[in-house]
Amino acid sequence: MINAVGRDIPEEILELTGKEVFHGNHYYDGYVYKKDGPNTKCVINSIGSKLVTSIKEALEKCEIRDGMTLGFHHHFREGDYIVNMVMEEVHRMGIKDITICASSLGKAHDPIVPYIEDGTITNIQSSGVRGKIGEAISNGKLKGLAIMRSHGGRVRAIESGEIRIDIAFIGTPTCDEYGNCRGIGGKSNCGVLSYAMVDGDHADKVVAITDCLVPFPNFPAHISMTKVDYVVKVDEIGNSEKIATGAAKPTTDMRKLMMAEYCTQFIINSPYFKDGFSYQTGVGGASIASTISLAKIMKERNVRMRFGVGGLTKPMCDLLINNQVDALLDTQDFDLSAVESVKNLRHFRISVGEYADPFNKGAVVNKLDFVILAALEVDVHFNCNVVVGSNGMITGAQGGHPDTAAGAKCTIVIAPLLQGRIPAICTDVTTVTTPGESVDVVITDYGIAINPRRQDLIEAMKDAELPFKTIEELRNIAYSIAGEPDKVQFGKRIVGIIESRDGTIMDVVRQIKPFKFAEE
Amino acid sequence: MINPNKKRLRRTMMFLSAQKPGLIKDPYIYKPDSIMLDLEDAVAENQKDVARFSLFHALRTIDYRGCERVVRINGLDTPYWKEDIRCSVAGGCDAIRIPKTECASDVMLVEREVEHAEMEFDRPQGSVLIMAAIESARGVIKALDICEASGRLFGIALSGGDYTKDLQTHITGTGIELMGARQNMVIAARAAEVQCFDTVYTDLNNMEGYRQDVENIHLMGFDGKSIINPRQINIVHEIFTPSQKDIIFAEKVVKEIEDKKAKGIGVFTVDDKMIDIAFYDGAKRTIKLAKASGVYKGDL
Repeated sequence: MINAVGRDIPEEILELTGKEVFHGNHYYDGYVYKKDGPNTKCVINSIGSKLVTSIKEALEKCEIRDGMTLGFHHHFREGDYIVNMVMEEVHRMGIKDITICASSLGKAHDPIVPYIEDGTITNIQSSGVRGKIGEAISNGKLKGLAIMRSHGGRVRAIESGEIRIDIAFIGTPTCDEYGNCRGIGGKSNCGVLSYAMVDGDHADKVVAITDCLVPFPNFPAHISMTKVDYVVKVDEIGNSEKIATGAAKPTTDMRKLMMAEYCTQFIINSPYFKDGFSYQTGVGGASIASTISLAKIMKERNVRMRFGVGGLTKPMCDLLINNQVDALLDTQDFDLSAVESVKNLRHFRISVGEYADPFNKGAVVNKLDFVILAALEVDVHFNCNVVVGSNGMITGAQGGHPDTAAGAKCTIVIAPLLQGRIPAICTDVTTVTTPGESVDVVITDYGIAINPRRQDLIEAMKDAELPFKTIEELRNIAYSIAGEPDKVQFGKRIVGIIESRDGTIMDVVRQIKPFKFAEE
Repeated sequence: MINPNKKRLRRTMMFLSAQKPGLIKDPYIYKPDSIMLDLEDAVAENQKDVARFSLFHALRTIDYRGCERVVRINGLDTPYWKEDIRCSVAGGCDAIRIPKTECASDVMLVEREVEHAEMEFDRPQGSVLIMAAIESARGVIKALDICEASGRLFGIALSGGDYTKDLQTHITGTGIELMGARQNMVIAARAAEVQCFDTVYTDLNNMEGYRQDVENIHLMGFDGKSIINPRQINIVHEIFTPSQKDIIFAEKVVKEIEDKKAKGIGVFTVDDKMIDIAFYDGAKRTIKLAKASGVYKGDL
């Protein structure tokens, strides 16, 4: 069945998943449902400690068995040890058919690939995957279907009961013996625990894993003892060097600086740039450079930001230090400056549900004026792909891309026209992960295209001295330089689905197959 | 016939190693007026033929979108320069830059090879221009001879690194060591009615020092500057492009002089400044530069 972005979703997949095809961003607006709640094992006794001696003991006490779903968060990013530690133990216990439901998985988790191959792990649900797990899924090694869902989409899936987490493992930088978890302190300081909050609220069993046990009460708790069943103390929960490092040096790459300058100029010429505007950006070189140059202009023109949101970096936190923003809403900290900034009274930790869940009574993303995003590919319909590489291999994550793009009044995607030799602006993206209806502007090193759906923005920009082009013109330039690439050749088997934030199916990902030249 | 590009706008000339595909594939997006594809110092001795191969195909296949394509050939004391010229001309370059030019005969030697190459590869006679880099005390002294050595020569450029070595000093960042050469070269270039380009500024982290350097050479009368990074382009263009204020004043001067001339008035004031016919050429030049830089919106 053809969905709203023109992708054909096979009936077998609709039957298998019980899902609908994507019908557009607002299809579920006003939908009423009953939230799912966890099975809760009451603790009335006064023993006073939930400490167990090992992950193995925690698994046994949680009555781990074949076919369970385990939850993980990715606040430790590429420095995470939790997923590997837990899965190694699960494997050793001979458990099979596990579903991993993680907020994201990265190269740090390459060591679990053998557990995919031997059937310990048969399903993966994540914002995305990189490295060897991506290759394993794309090569058809996962027995079940991989589900890629956005950060908001994961909260929706859990809260709506579409997925029930049997045991959630919450790596926490500090914890007391009764399970009060905080994202700050210890040696794996990640600042916040936003992604794990939904796991705390909805998983049947919750295991806190820390390498820094502190005396009770570890307050104010980011995840409360009232939600935690067991606490495990291990030597190390992560590699602090890969969790949050010193702020990245601002880029000196002129190509990125140029795109950042276009972005800043676009923002300040748009009708949304006025006192009290809101803003989100990512960690890419161009995004960070945009924030730095925007801060300069805000100062010159005496324009104040009301709030900044999302994964935070130093330039965003500098806005708070320089009193250019009223509040920062934090879901993740990408550098030590952001971790440090958490103690500021106007720097607020929020849950990912508050941030991006489309199935609550209104998320922060709906209040965004600007979001600046990146993409692997953007097509002439403004559809973006941030998960599947142009070679067909799963190699990225949706993150909050579809959530913020859908919510923001002005969604800006920055991408160089060519990624190496591959056109990033193309006729059809390999896989649709964010629908074109969410994307308002594409900024490349060769020019800027405004989505024709946004005639108001086109009108607002008519006097701006920026290199505007149509998206087709940008595609044509890319093809004139690099040629039109042959389509990636996929096999028949569907190895994963790209779930829209409301749970419908945006696209499918097929098994990769070696390229065959036409003349062979 | 005079090549119409001889006096084109050349505020920035960006050095790029001809050997690096990532650099030469699309430098035009940064909008330098000229790019200089280097076969000389940026290319290792045992990679000269590789660089030439890459240069030839870049010139043949990449649309540089109006950017002038200059090739810096190897020195006339090397075994490479003749083949460098053949390859550049065959590829379709716009100009050849001669390194280490010491005297007029160096220019004439290159001119002859360029002529041969134009014939060999069926390019119109005179289509390939020449510029000379001056890198020694002797070259500076001979600047006027060099400027007048060939009708193809559109300008001379100072190469500060080698020049200061020859002068037994070094680059200080203040420009004091370059003062004599800069003055002498710009005067020679003006006398011969060719263009004059300043040397590179190598400290990419000192953008303030760079801006000062560009402001100085602009006031000295240079036409442009050699640059080593796209980050340096905008500052040169900003300083070398007439401001809207300058353009409006120049417009008034041109119009008033023409108007008053018809009425038989020789001296008068514009915006409280005394103006006579001596200001005419300068004002016309401002308008011309504004047009070439794409910032002129008037009707002159």
